[in-house]
Amino acid sequence: MSILNFFSRNRSAPVARERLQLLLAHERTLAGKSDLVALLQREVLGVIARHIAIDPDKVIVKLDETGHVSTLEIDIEVPEGALARG
Amino acid sequence: MSKVMVVTSGKGGVGKTTSCASLGAALAQAGRNVVVVDFDVGLRNLDLVMGAERRVVFDLVNVVQGDAKLPQALIRDKRIDTLSLLPASQTRDKDALTEEGVGRVIDELREKFDWIVCDSPAGIDKGATLAMRFADLAVVVANPEVSSVRDSDRIIGLLDSKTRRAESGEAMEKHLLLTRLDAARAARGEMMKVEDVLEVLAIPLLGTVAESPDVLTASNLGCPITLHSPTSPAARAYTAAARKLLGETVTVTPAREKRGFMSLLFGKKAVLQ
Repeated sequence: MSILNFFSRNRSAPVARERLQLLLAHERTLAGKSDLVALLQREVLGVIARHIAIDPDKVIVKLDETGHVSTLEIDIEVPEGALARG
Repeated sequence: MSKVMVVTSGKGGVGKTTSCASLGAALAQAGRNVVVVDFDVGLRNLDLVMGAERRVVFDLVNVVQGDAKLPQALIRDKRIDTLSLLPASQTRDKDALTEEGVGRVIDELREKFDWIVCDSPAGIDKGATLAMRFADLAVVVANPEVSSVRDSDRIIGLLDSKTRRAESGEAMEKHLLLTRLDAARAARGEMMKVEDVLEVLAIPLLGTVAESPDVLTASNLGCPITLHSPTSPAARAYTAAARKLLGETVTVTPAREKRGFMSLLFGKKAVLQ
């Protein structure tokens, strides 16, 4: 190790630790819920598809927990004109 | 009372098989009757690391499917007579294992051995979940590196939800074994320290094993390191870890690397547990 290296030390370990702490805090809240999200996505899609032709990939289900608030977000993209036809 | 222990990690290449062979050998050297079981069906390697690759006749899949009796498949180690190996099949895939079949084999092994050490395949699918399914305790092997730590966290989650023990509401005993450490780089802040990983994963530390050429030599020769070079730092770490598993109080000797002159002068000393 040269003197130059010594003064410009690569201290990436603290960054690694912080990134992991943030990421895992998020991932732990999702553990066990992935099945629920898939189930909701399938059933919501089933209901809508009975009335409107939609793209299965355009149904997005998100579960989120921040502090004391849990949110369930369902985002469905409907093709142009599909609602007008009724 | 026999114990079923799974050695697992999620990520591949972190040292599961090496750790499984070394802990198994160390437990056997401490006088326990031990079997190491390879669950990596299709990609077996425990036989190779244990130096028994030319003695495999029947395997775990044969026993699970009833094509061979357990004693026909067990390979007794030539160096330690209380150590046996149950190899995985090399030509089948993981779907050849069933939960019911694996459960039956584990029950039969419990009658013969004090310790049943299961070498889990990488990943989180069938092979890995079956390897942990009947475990009483788990050793999670990790390297101080972001992807390994993240995968370990995922595996810890599965140990706490998908094992028999977890499903029956009992606590799953989990231990962290950190391998491939480089204390000098950790001291320079280039690599996460033991306490960084412990803080993130929050399970108790079983031991630390420094990156070392001795480990590669031992696997080149097909001899667990605790037998091949028992005085090497890695072997001492595994022996200490085995004694800890046996309930002895062991002061964990930190994994050390030779330190360069500059790091001796300026590098902060790595504080290890």
